[in-house]
Amino acid sequence: MKRTIPVLIASIAGLVLIIAHFVPPAQSWGDEVNTWFQILAAFAFFLGGGSLLKMHLKRISDQQEGWGFSAVTLLAFGITLIVGIFKLGVLPSETYPTKPWSGEYLGDGGALWWIYQYLFTPLNATMFALLAFFISSAAFRAFRAKNTEAMILLVTATIVLVGRTYAGAFLTEGFNPHWQLAAIIDEWFMSVFNTAGARAIKIGIALGVVSTSLKVLIGTDRSYLGSEE
Amino acid sequence: MTLLKEGQIDRRWIYLAMLCAVGLPILLQLTFPEIPSPKVLDVFDAVDKLPEGSRILMACDFDPASAGELEPMMSAFVRHCGTKNHKLIFLALWPQGAPVIKSNIVILNKEFPEYEYGKDYVNLGYQPGNEVVLKVLVTDFKKQCSTDVDGTSTSTLPLTRDLTKIQQLSLVISVSTGNPGTTEWVQYVASPFGMPMVAGTTAVQAPSLYAYIPRQLISVLGGIKGAAEYEQAIIDHYPTMGENNGAREGLRRMGPQLLGHLLIVMLIVVGNVLYFSQKEKGVGA
Repeated sequence: MKRTIPVLIASIAGLVLIIAHFVPPAQSWGDEVNTWFQILAAFAFFLGGGSLLKMHLKRISDQQEGWGFSAVTLLAFGITLIVGIFKLGVLPSETYPTKPWSGEYLGDGGALWWIYQYLFTPLNATMFALLAFFISSAAFRAFRAKNTEAMILLVTATIVLVGRTYAGAFLTEGFNPHWQLAAIIDEWFMSVFNTAGARAIKIGIALGVVSTSLKVLIGTDRSYLGSEE
Repeated sequence: MTLLKEGQIDRRWIYLAMLCAVGLPILLQLTFPEIPSPKVLDVFDAVDKLPEGSRILMACDFDPASAGELEPMMSAFVRHCGTKNHKLIFLALWPQGAPVIKSNIVILNKEFPEYEYGKDYVNLGYQPGNEVVLKVLVTDFKKQCSTDVDGTSTSTLPLTRDLTKIQQLSLVISVSTGNPGTTEWVQYVASPFGMPMVAGTTAVQAPSLYAYIPRQLISVLGGIKGAAEYEQAIIDHYPTMGENNGAREGLRRMGPQLLGHLLIVMLIVVGNVLYFSQKEKGVGA
């Protein structure tokens, strides 16, 4: 029963969506399922939060290695959650000036806005920017022309890297100043070889999704329910 | 800290070189000329050739991690639409997209003061639910977006009052970096309903979107190069935009990209030269 009911719910919801897609009079059924999905998705936030608390509290109570990071995570989670839910520092909206909580949760000057602007944004951008350093180190250490395939990859990468900057135009403008040879070659690689590969991958993924979805709908694939225990 | 040890450059030198390659063009404000490619011109035409005052949906699905590439693109779209007097409906499928919308509304208010909230633009903010949001938007717009970000009913705002499905809009512009993003907009909105759509994405994501061009997606701006070319196309057609420093942000960021790419190419070459010279000597090959 514990597994049969979830499988039934998944199968019915999936079948309704398929019918709603192909049978226009049944379209409203699909809308109903979509609305249910959004309500359920909201509850998933609670589950996610609960799971995060459970995992990190356990690490702290067991004094596992790196438990300090768990404490920082929970502190950040708690502060962000409280200032967001209570809209601390957010001014009421112009439409409802007498209602204290009517302002947008990320309203200018609010505590959540401050966290986003001065903590989240620089940290997030820094993490991504570090890629430039790791890629440059990897370019030196790992990109070796050890065989023909690697050689083709390296030559293509070099053309695309140069073609995506002014260097490509500068190096090839001798051919014709109004005709960017490097950019054209770069575009040709992207539009012909890359597109052919991308389309093949996308069609393959789509077929895989159809096959997996069918297995879920008829109940043979129950991996999304977790382990049997 | 020796430069070369056992055929390897100390990685700290590489990091220092990358820091200089990215930092110097920013400090020296180096910019280089750009010629818009056909793909970028397709995006430009899709916005530019719409009748003045057309309604456009602007999806902002990215976070600060990708803002380096996508923020200039998003601002360029907003400025181009502002120049053409298009009406804009902003929406985000990513929670982090909501503040980006706000920063672009600041641009709109500052550079196009005639733009009036509710009549010329509306901010729907973050819409939770990923692709399901799109599935509802194409059947019942008001069911998904009954109010704007401030809680004002979309049935009372002039721009959205008569909107029942987003297919009534003239164009979708998706600026995105991942999932949900441009792929979902193509799969659930543009492709099934034949809605015109253009996109701006990170350079990493762009190759996967080329597969949709031109029948499901008019065209795509890829990375900061796409943003810079788009800005150049706008400046070529509306020269007064060239006087606005903010409208040249993508062009400015092509300087660090040029030196960064050249450094990587150089490192690949040096790495291979050292590899083959050591292989010849029979060391560590």
